[in-house]
Amino acid sequence: MKILKSFLIITIFIILTKFSLAEEKNSELLKIKISKNIRCLICQGQSVYDSQSDFSLSMKLVIEKKIEEGLKEEEIYEFLINQYGQWISYNPEFNRKTFVLWALPVVLFLIGGVIIFRKLIVLK
Amino acid sequence: MKNKILLFLSVIFLSFCFIVLYKGLDNSNIYTPKDISKKTLNKFVSREFFSEDMINSEEIFFGNKFYILNIWASWCLPCREEHPALMKLSKKQSVKLIGLNYKDDIKNAKKFIDKFGNPYSIIITDVNGTISIGLGAYGIPETFVLDENKKILKKYIGPLNDQSIKEINLLLK
Amino acid sequence: MLASQIGYYSLILSLFFGILIIPISIKNFNNVSQKIDTRIISISFLQFFFVAISFFGLIFSFVNSDFTNETVFNNSHTTKPLFYKISGTWGNHEGSLLLWLLVLTLFIFLFLIKSIKEPKKYRIITLLFQETIIIGFCLFIIKTSSPFNYLFPEPTEGLGLNPILQDPALAIHPPILYLGYVGSSIIFSASLAALTQNYISKNWAKHIKFWILISWFFLTLGIMIGSIWAYYELGWGGFWFWDPVENVSLMPWFCLTALLHCILVLEKKLFYSSWILILSIATFILSMSGTFLVRSGILNSVHTFANDPERGIFILIFLFVLIFISLIIFFTFNKDVHQQSIKISLLSKETSILVNNWFMMYFLSVVLIGTVYPIFLEVLSSQKISVGPPFYHKLIIPFLIPFLIFMSIGPNLNWIKSPIKKIKIQFFLIFLISILTSFLITKKFGNINLLNTILIIVSFYLFFITIKDFFSKENINFSQKISHFGFSLLILSILLNSIFSSEIITNLKVGEKIYFNKTTILFESIENTNSKNYKSIVGNFKIEDNKNNLTKLKPEIRVYDYPFTITSEADIKTNLYSDKFLVMNIVKGNEYFNIRYQVKPFMIWIWISTLLISIGGIFSLFRRLHEK
Repeated sequence: MKILKSFLIITIFIILTKFSLAEEKNSELLKIKISKNIRCLICQGQSVYDSQSDFSLSMKLVIEKKIEEGLKEEEIYEFLINQYGQWISYNPEFNRKTFVLWALPVVLFLIGGVIIFRKLIVLK
Repeated sequence: MKNKILLFLSVIFLSFCFIVLYKGLDNSNIYTPKDISKKTLNKFVSREFFSEDMINSEEIFFGNKFYILNIWASWCLPCREEHPALMKLSKKQSVKLIGLNYKDDIKNAKKFIDKFGNPYSIIITDVNGTISIGLGAYGIPETFVLDENKKILKKYIGPLNDQSIKEINLLLK
Repeated sequence: MLASQIGYYSLILSLFFGILIIPISIKNFNNVSQKIDTRIISISFLQFFFVAISFFGLIFSFVNSDFTNETVFNNSHTTKPLFYKISGTWGNHEGSLLLWLLVLTLFIFLFLIKSIKEPKKYRIITLLFQETIIIGFCLFIIKTSSPFNYLFPEPTEGLGLNPILQDPALAIHPPILYLGYVGSSIIFSASLAALTQNYISKNWAKHIKFWILISWFFLTLGIMIGSIWAYYELGWGGFWFWDPVENVSLMPWFCLTALLHCILVLEKKLFYSSWILILSIATFILSMSGTFLVRSGILNSVHTFANDPERGIFILIFLFVLIFISLIIFFTFNKDVHQQSIKISLLSKETSILVNNWFMMYFLSVVLIGTVYPIFLEVLSSQKISVGPPFYHKLIIPFLIPFLIFMSIGPNLNWIKSPIKKIKIQFFLIFLISILTSFLITKKFGNINLLNTILIIVSFYLFFITIKDFFSKENINFSQKISHFGFSLLILSILLNSIFSSEIITNLKVGEKIYFNKTTILFESIENTNSKNYKSIVGNFKIEDNKNNLTKLKPEIRVYDYPFTITSEADIKTNLYSDKFLVMNIVKGNEYFNIRYQVKPFMIWIWISTLLISIGGIFSLFRRLHEK
């Protein structure tokens, strides 16, 4: 009973997440948000937001310019990924190659749920 | 029986992981984009170094078989190392050398050119680094080798060494 | 020089003792006597003692700036303050491995002393498993990562320690973290031993719980200190970056938390012993894998040590040897007999524990897959991707909602079941209060999306439920009350902090001011000063809000000589309500300074709540010792 409830709750919320990710309207905050999701390519594991390297400072200016030109968040990521490859974005895109990355944890969760459910049903 | 299957599957899975991790150790941590080489250089607008006039990339990349775009600055030590190689390359007829002066002070850049020589047919400036990002560059020094259609034949991140010079010479034939 | 030599030979000596203890233990195992040979305990002490001597030898080499020692040369400098000369000992690859060894040998010695009442054979086998790990590490250190390599001629000066590592929090972070992280080795060894001796029982659970609590306590604290350091030191106001090295410390934590909850049940009645064993083994295997990922250079991270392929291969092989040993032992000795006889009613504490484990394993899988997937993808398809905060947030946050609900209801199931209406009404009432509180907050601040609103509601629900538990007459143990309350406070603080933080980034020069969210930020002046091993530029800022409250902030820019580095030290004014955070950076060739000002509500509650969670664990320990 509890497990069924949780499956329902989880499905609803995963769907809600898709619709609830608010769009950032303020351009300054949008620049900050994007630069947190872009990797500084000459640093060891830092985002453009966290880094003060030349590359990051220039990148922040480019992001600002693109926002001024009216590009949406998704388009800016697309532009940068086009230039530098998927490595630059901290948000791995969902495609044939990364499908396992996104799906596997959820699949494991469901398998875990089934195992527990069966144990409880058997013993009831 | 179930146990034996589970054990067998675990062993297979773990062996697979071991092999992947073992091979992963060899992979370099430096990301060198591979497919970029097939792309065309983006258009851009910048300022010409001496006249300080605005100039379009279309006007720069015109009328040559090959182009070399080199990103440099007076404060960049490795740029000094690769400079002699650039001077030699500038003597070749088939290629036009374009210098992109990156985040530099004009006076210092001019001093650099006066002292070490000017291998470039034309120098343009990128004061805040945004033009370089627009071209997909990482930093400095960086060198692009392009054909007459502005297609990127090769990109070198870091100073040019003997190996890269050999490769460039082969490309320019 | 002498200190390094003593260090080196002590290390060899401890290896010798480690090898010596094996035949003696085996002999003792086979003989009839019920008592463990006191020689074994003495030798295990000697093993620890000589590793300690070795460790001190390294410390002395650092303190004396003995540059004939290669590790000291690479990581120290004569102008470094004494405190950081000492802590620099474990701020590098070789030294931190010696710390690993120190904790490994300490824990087996303490285990032998503390487990006097346990069966002899069980103790000896635990010792043998632990010795496998210890000897493996000893060989690893001696062969590939010796902290005592000799340099000749002696360099006049060292290369210096990265200024970012010169911080008090970073000085205590590795020792505390290792007590937890490496401490899980004893759980691993003891579990494998218990398995071979068929000793998984209530008594064993009572006994192993001590070690699980110790490891969990130090791991929680260690992770917290690491985050505190990142927040105060790294300069950008964040405290968790989903960096591979951070993830590597978090993964064993999920396992340990799940294990802790299971062992609480096993103490009282039969529970899924196979699963408990899997968790025990997995915790240490995750620690070892983490060591591999961090030290082999296979991952790109801010925290990685200098790497060397030989080291990577050694740890990888060592790790998989341990995994295969565990696998074989598990499948040989594990009996399913117990499983059938476990009866759990659907709405019971045991089910709640299973649900806890279910979610813990899910969170673990998200972090594990996110961290190692790029490696697999690159090897299999030569494509390099980055997995960062967006991935972890998308997969973890939605699942927090059901998790928090279960956490509110689960521990109280005995009472929910009860036919007394009053209690059911109580739960429903609290739910209404949560919705009301959340509604008020949303109303006041507006602009919160649906997902966050629901998160706030369930976080408050758990928060109020755990508060109610403090006043409840029910028989809930005190450590659970504190830890669960602490956890609810943690989720609430992180949530409110991330929703209500605000920030401005701008360039200012001296004398300028800027307006932001009803406050004025005035850049008054700068001062230049000199310290022992750096020069500093301090900015004086005055922050005034619309109620005329004044805050003075003095962020600093430090220019270190050896190695030449420029760091920004943020100034943070903390109070119970929020943190004001200001950091300053040089803008090249300009009189302008780039400043970032952030207002971060409830920051201090994040640390307080984590501390509360750990304190709950300590309470549990004291209660046990008291009971004895």
